[in-house]
Amino acid sequence: MSAPRTLFEKVWDSHVVIDSDPTLLYVDLHLVHEVTSPQAFAGLNASGRKVRRPDLTVATVDHGIPTTGRSLGIRDPLSKKQIDALLQNCRDHEITMFGLDDPRQGIVHVVGPEQGLTQPGLLVVCGDSHTSTHGAFGALAFGIGTTEVEHVLATQTIWQARPQTMAVEVEGALPWGVAAKDLILGIIAQIGVSGGTRHVIEYRGQAIHDLTMEQRMTICNMSIEGGARAGMIAPDDTTIRYIEGRPFAPKGARWDEAVTVWERLVTDSGASFDKVEVIDATRLVPHVSWGVNPAQTVPVTGEVPSPDSYQDPMQRDAAVRALEYMALRPGTPILDIAVDHVFLGSCTNGRIEDLRAAAKVVEGRKVDSRVSAVVVPGSMQVKAQAEAEGLHEVFQSAGFSWRDAGCSSCLAMNPDVIPSGERCASTSNRNYEGRQGRGARTHLVSPAMAAAAAVAGHFVDVREWEAT
Amino acid sequence: MKPVTTITGTMVPLDRADVDTDQIIPQQFLKRIERDGYGEFLFYNWAHTDDGSPSSDFIINDPARRGAKVLVAGPNFGCGSSREHAPWALQQWGFDAVITPSAADIFRNNSSFSGLLVVELPHDAVGRLIELASDPRAEVTIDLESQTVTADGLEEHFEFDPTAKQRLLQGLDGVGVTLTHADAIAAHEADRPSWLPTTVEASAG
Repeated sequence: MSAPRTLFEKVWDSHVVIDSDPTLLYVDLHLVHEVTSPQAFAGLNASGRKVRRPDLTVATVDHGIPTTGRSLGIRDPLSKKQIDALLQNCRDHEITMFGLDDPRQGIVHVVGPEQGLTQPGLLVVCGDSHTSTHGAFGALAFGIGTTEVEHVLATQTIWQARPQTMAVEVEGALPWGVAAKDLILGIIAQIGVSGGTRHVIEYRGQAIHDLTMEQRMTICNMSIEGGARAGMIAPDDTTIRYIEGRPFAPKGARWDEAVTVWERLVTDSGASFDKVEVIDATRLVPHVSWGVNPAQTVPVTGEVPSPDSYQDPMQRDAAVRALEYMALRPGTPILDIAVDHVFLGSCTNGRIEDLRAAAKVVEGRKVDSRVSAVVVPGSMQVKAQAEAEGLHEVFQSAGFSWRDAGCSSCLAMNPDVIPSGERCASTSNRNYEGRQGRGARTHLVSPAMAAAAAVAGHFVDVREWEAT
Repeated sequence: MKPVTTITGTMVPLDRADVDTDQIIPQQFLKRIERDGYGEFLFYNWAHTDDGSPSSDFIINDPARRGAKVLVAGPNFGCGSSREHAPWALQQWGFDAVITPSAADIFRNNSSFSGLLVVELPHDAVGRLIELASDPRAEVTIDLESQTVTADGLEEHFEFDPTAKQRLLQGLDGVGVTLTHADAIAAHEADRPSWLPTTVEASAG
């Protein structure tokens, strides 16, 4: 009998091409977008190499595209050039492309799972740090840089130093009114923004098992915000039900064969992790970030902390700078912070369940007159589904702008830039300085919390609204 | 990639933790399809005022720092986005190396491919270098072959991934090296189960 292995070890072992340190691993699925790929294709073309497996590669446009007026074309000449380069590269190398006019276009990490391309046990890479999202299916999925994108295009493999393993054990059940976003913000607040560095996290425990696939994606998506190489959740019935029938999922006898393999993708009893972190889910409440990294987060019932609450002098300095950038004073109740913008979307929280959660809060209410609020569905399929359910009418009659799919204000590479000095409640993943626009002040929250802030004009504890 | 062997030069101290790649090169400068043209936008939001003029109080704008080759920064340097534009921007500004107590995983990988030497030293040693670097003329030497950092009163060994070391020392083309394993790749490929997904449209539905 072989030694007990973790989920990560099983997936890693099945992809080893050259067993050395670093290890050469085979890539099952390479996702490509317009921002981190042009230099990779240029390098490939310059050396006269071909894409080894165009049939394991798929591209879409998401980072730099507008979310309104697409029929008018792309106005930003640099973004247009970047998108045209991807179109041309995909034509030249015969890569499947979900372009701007394709009903499957969307954020790359929303599209992969939605199309059934993301499956348990796969090794998935993309020139984007939020590739960790796909780990929700029990895939090993991580972000890579442009030189590595070129390497994967040319060889379908990647060299990786073997990461260490970390278990995040989430004990108990999530309380009513507490979202997956609150759980991952709580985890990052506990482990810190570098707590997962050089590790692959496996999220475990009852609270994780109880999550839907979309909620699991929210969790794994932000693994990189804790510094982790990847985040994974073992596949179970929830995973298998989600995949079944999707366009690129296996069918017939191939489906049965796949499920047999997937069911073995669990951490064996007796397997050990290099590091274990325990989270008590029962104590979690909705979270709001106050600072400029995703660990600078507090419960909505709390207040902006004092820099003196940090022991480490470097973290204290960071808190001082964060307060200055965010124009906040220590001791201010989170509930007293007024917002100018609300952004609902991103690969973290732009899926149909996210829009449903927000619409439930918004229904029958109006966006505060001082707030500019937008909904950017994660994909055009999510948009179509939301429209079929009438969610767009709920949002629009409340005063939200209803957009086409893309990354949008999560990183503000497109025209959806938050103006300097203005404050945004955002369902995205990073509250870094300048992330949503130079001088813009980001507060990370769940979709329901963002929706409630849009209506109230300031943060509210959404549990009080949902109870009524 | 140009080989990297020994780097000797002056330093720029950046005594901050968790410097993310959005700060190193903000998103509005990621629209180029070339590998060059990023140096002038390094730390753009910190280095410029709202009207776009250089901030006199940000260290890389100090004329005495021109020509510096080594950035000495706080822990978890390069966290966040996977953009390789971050090492490109640092190199194109003039840096050949970054010394930090710890670098984020993707940034460390990316740098090893673009030829930016990322050296991890203990907190105390980095603290000592940051002190030394307050003098813009103070020099540091990093020798990759022997994996040592030397400066006034300081000599420290550092750990370094052996494969990345060979790649940097010889200026190797990573794809070329991997393709010497073409047989092993083909063998693995031939063993993959047939139910695994492909992205070919005809396979859908």
